[in-house]
Amino acid sequence: MIKEYIGLSEVSGSLVILDDVEDAGYEEVVTFKLDDSTTRTGRIIQLDGKRAVVQVFEGTNGISLTNTRTRLNGRPFEQKLSGEMLGRIFNGAGHPIDNLGEIYSECSRDINGSPINPVSRIYPKNYINTGISSIDTLTTLIRGQKLPIFSGYGMKHNELAAQIVRQAKIANESNTNFAVVFAAMGVKNSVADYFKKTFEESGVLQHVVMFLNLSNDPIIERTITPRCALTAAEYLAFEKDMHILVVMTDMFAYCEALREYSSSKGEIQSRKGFPGYLYSDLASLYERAGMIKGKSGSVTQIPILTMPNDDITHPVPDLTGYITEGQIVLDRSLDGMGIYPPVSILPSLSRLMKDSIGEGFTREDHAPLANQLFAAYAKVQDARSLASVIGEDELSDIDKKYIEFGKNFESQFLVQGETENRTIEQSLDLGWRILTSLPRGELDRVSEEILVKYFDTAASK
Amino acid sequence: MSKNVIFGINGPVVTVANSKDFKMQEMVYVGNNRLIGEVISIDDKLTTIQVYEVTTGLKPGEPVEPTGSPMSVLLGPGMLSNIFDGIQRPLKNIEDISGAFIETGIGLSSLDEKKLWNTEIFIKAGQAVFPGEIIAQCSETLSIMHKIMIPPNISGTVVYAANSGPYRIHDRICEIEDSNGNRHIITLCQKWPIRLPRPIKSRKPCNIPLITGQRVIDTLLPIAKGGTAAIPGGFGTGKTMTQHQLAKWCDADIIIYVGCGERGNEMTQVLNEFCELTDPRSGRKLTDRIVLIANTSNMPVAAREASVYTGITIAEYYRDMGYSVAMMADSTSRWAEALREISGRLEEMPAEEGFPAYLPSRLAAFYERAGRFTTLADNEGSITIIGAVSPQGSDFSEPVTQNTKRFTNVFWALDKSLAYARHYPAINWVDSYSEYDNLLAHYYNNTVDPSFMHCRQIIMQILGQESQLIEIVKLIGANVLPDDQKLVIDIAKVIRVGFLQQNAYHSEDTYVPLDKQFLMMKTIVHLYESAKKLLAVNKPIRSLEETGIYEKLIRIKYDIPNSNPELLNEYIDEIDTVINKLISA
Repeated sequence: MIKEYIGLSEVSGSLVILDDVEDAGYEEVVTFKLDDSTTRTGRIIQLDGKRAVVQVFEGTNGISLTNTRTRLNGRPFEQKLSGEMLGRIFNGAGHPIDNLGEIYSECSRDINGSPINPVSRIYPKNYINTGISSIDTLTTLIRGQKLPIFSGYGMKHNELAAQIVRQAKIANESNTNFAVVFAAMGVKNSVADYFKKTFEESGVLQHVVMFLNLSNDPIIERTITPRCALTAAEYLAFEKDMHILVVMTDMFAYCEALREYSSSKGEIQSRKGFPGYLYSDLASLYERAGMIKGKSGSVTQIPILTMPNDDITHPVPDLTGYITEGQIVLDRSLDGMGIYPPVSILPSLSRLMKDSIGEGFTREDHAPLANQLFAAYAKVQDARSLASVIGEDELSDIDKKYIEFGKNFESQFLVQGETENRTIEQSLDLGWRILTSLPRGELDRVSEEILVKYFDTAASK
Repeated sequence: MSKNVIFGINGPVVTVANSKDFKMQEMVYVGNNRLIGEVISIDDKLTTIQVYEVTTGLKPGEPVEPTGSPMSVLLGPGMLSNIFDGIQRPLKNIEDISGAFIETGIGLSSLDEKKLWNTEIFIKAGQAVFPGEIIAQCSETLSIMHKIMIPPNISGTVVYAANSGPYRIHDRICEIEDSNGNRHIITLCQKWPIRLPRPIKSRKPCNIPLITGQRVIDTLLPIAKGGTAAIPGGFGTGKTMTQHQLAKWCDADIIIYVGCGERGNEMTQVLNEFCELTDPRSGRKLTDRIVLIANTSNMPVAAREASVYTGITIAEYYRDMGYSVAMMADSTSRWAEALREISGRLEEMPAEEGFPAYLPSRLAAFYERAGRFTTLADNEGSITIIGAVSPQGSDFSEPVTQNTKRFTNVFWALDKSLAYARHYPAINWVDSYSEYDNLLAHYYNNTVDPSFMHCRQIIMQILGQESQLIEIVKLIGANVLPDDQKLVIDIAKVIRVGFLQQNAYHSEDTYVPLDKQFLMMKTIVHLYESAKKLLAVNKPIRSLEETGIYEKLIRIKYDIPNSNPELLNEYIDEIDTVINKLISA
């Protein structure tokens, strides 16, 4: 028997309170029917006896204490799933909005998912060739990894993500078992259109599932958008055996929505007003990447987040960095110099690359070369700060060589076109060529054998 | 029992109204799915319970069932090489039941109840036994002998003792009558509440180092067996890497590795890697001596809070057998955040940054469970705790880092700029400290070499001088320094690159025995002292650099095998030759 409750006891922000509710479950979904026959969806977020606090995804404007009928659905928030989701567009709450009608669902899943048992995971070891030198060589992307892009407003993170999607596909997978799940949270219409266009042009649109909660869409709905997307991704990966790349943008907008929700609930805040459970909440999203024993599919995540004021110590990038397996950090000064992709390599990192590069994966010289490039570029920063005090002319010979190396590194190694797709061999050879700006004695991270084999001592100055 | 029903639900916190059936910290079953929970506060109206599993779908009115006993772990053979979640449920068995994803409401025995352990029993009927006495043993893994002990709260006379032979963990191996005439059945396993430290006889001074094979730690910033250390560092500075290296190579008998609120893939990596590695001392698999506790960041937050207690209680159990145990907790910040989250749901008044006011006392109580002890059975056992700290925004002044600093004796501060330059382990030698250096001086000088502490002192001095000079170098460049200061800068570079930096992926360099560490130090110190002779006769230091001796010393770590550190004596001769040649030139 389905009961309808007429009226509400309290409305405050995005929350409404119902009294005398019977048999309500925690996190159960409720449907509100307004007098004008529109419906809204909500979720029970707190229960005290017969008093239920419900969060309304679409917001509470127009809701009064009397004009609403509430129905409990008896289930937690679920996403309808089907192999036909590919090529479709959904709103932030997982309902189709492309006018192609409802999907015929094979099953429904709780969008919160369940934690993957660490025993059942496969440690990710297959590298994804993105064709971008700075990523392939220095922060290698691994299938099943979660590798966010830390960016700022106005930088080319979307272009970079789109390039990864385009090129990663071509390098590794046939069209049949590769797909992209795209979750937009609080981004502008133009950004969503950009991605749509890119997918179209590269011919992958039929392999993309889009979840769109744009900047003018309901804010509370944003807190469930990534969960709907990841539920779809898990389904496609682990039941349809596909390799799924999940692009989520913008994680900062998601966290802001979470902050708004938390403060409307009157919860105790931790840093910058964000709730104390922000870490756990983000982890419940990011940890849904990975590979599982006995399944051939995988979920790889590339979340994009804009750092307010380019501040990497802000709680959102900070906590993200603690959960994800590395980060690709974009730099405004490189961007200002017209360098694309403006990857700031020193704070960038891929935690999983250490076991997935080298002989048998990429090439034996990969790890020492990457190490040497990092170490040398760190010295470039010292030389530059010294040069800014005493002038470049006064630098010692070796410091001048580092300045030279820095220039070559940025203008030849980092820079590449948005459609330029370099093989891993090209990228590595390029790295060695750049290193010839330095005398051989400076290369202290590389063993003698590797130097003999790959380093052109004659070209070294 | 039908009157104990759920009243309210808020995240992992569940309340029961108007009940007097619950005790503080009692374990309870919540709801129709029998989720595991613990009572955390009681007043006349509401009993508050934190639930160790996901509460989605729970409804008011579902039953809550008290168990009468506090949150406990089951201690017995079968824990080593196993992986548990935060409340000691074996993850491999959970996989058998629910597949790759962890479902709720899985009640499981922590240990294999069917496996037979070949047990050797030492006692006979009529014998008197005391608490903690070792009465039997069985080989738990190839490298570790599991000692069966009388539980710490039982003593009396043996009225029945089984013969040696194969037994399951719940089989009776002896029966004891205490002074009140009560009979106690002793099996291969025992239960112990996780929040209550297991009793010991007395504490001993921490004057034996835990040898880790990591140069910067063993020589400059040593930790004692029974000591406490904190590894704070922002993301990407290598906390987990350092913890893994310590877990792999330190010379403790037993390793308890608690992955508290960290990445799932990291735990998988530990599982895979430790299976492949062999212990340099016993030649056995490393997994033979390790217990893994995995509560990844997406698992329920309350179980994360319990996981460090589960870990330390298991550690204490092995300590009672007379083993030296090292416990790695990665990361204690996640544990503190779990405290904060639960505290927030209880609407407690927060202190700093939303953390509850009892954060320091909880941290202190945890770290005080470390130490070197005489056990109840008069054996020597120790627990070393190494806790990673993940400071918010890499800011070491935040509450968890500051309070951890108060209660630990070693502080290995990981440095972002070192990590950016890929200098690993990224332990900053200026900001870090070890309070054990005086306690351990005796050991180092007597066991390794009488000049060990002297060499260490010189190395520290050079690094200290460099950190002052580097400020000047940043302003005007190294070229303009006088020769004696330039020598310090040069030697410091040799120390940093050739000694402090250690390559975890290099088969020789990942673990370096103490005698080779000492000889490396000695060689560098010898170069420094010899080079001073050049200064005395006004020879330019630059000429020393051109001989390539620096590069040669930097490569010692790769060129000299761990098995033959004596080869370093040739380097000392070569340094003498080079210096003499320069002086006479």
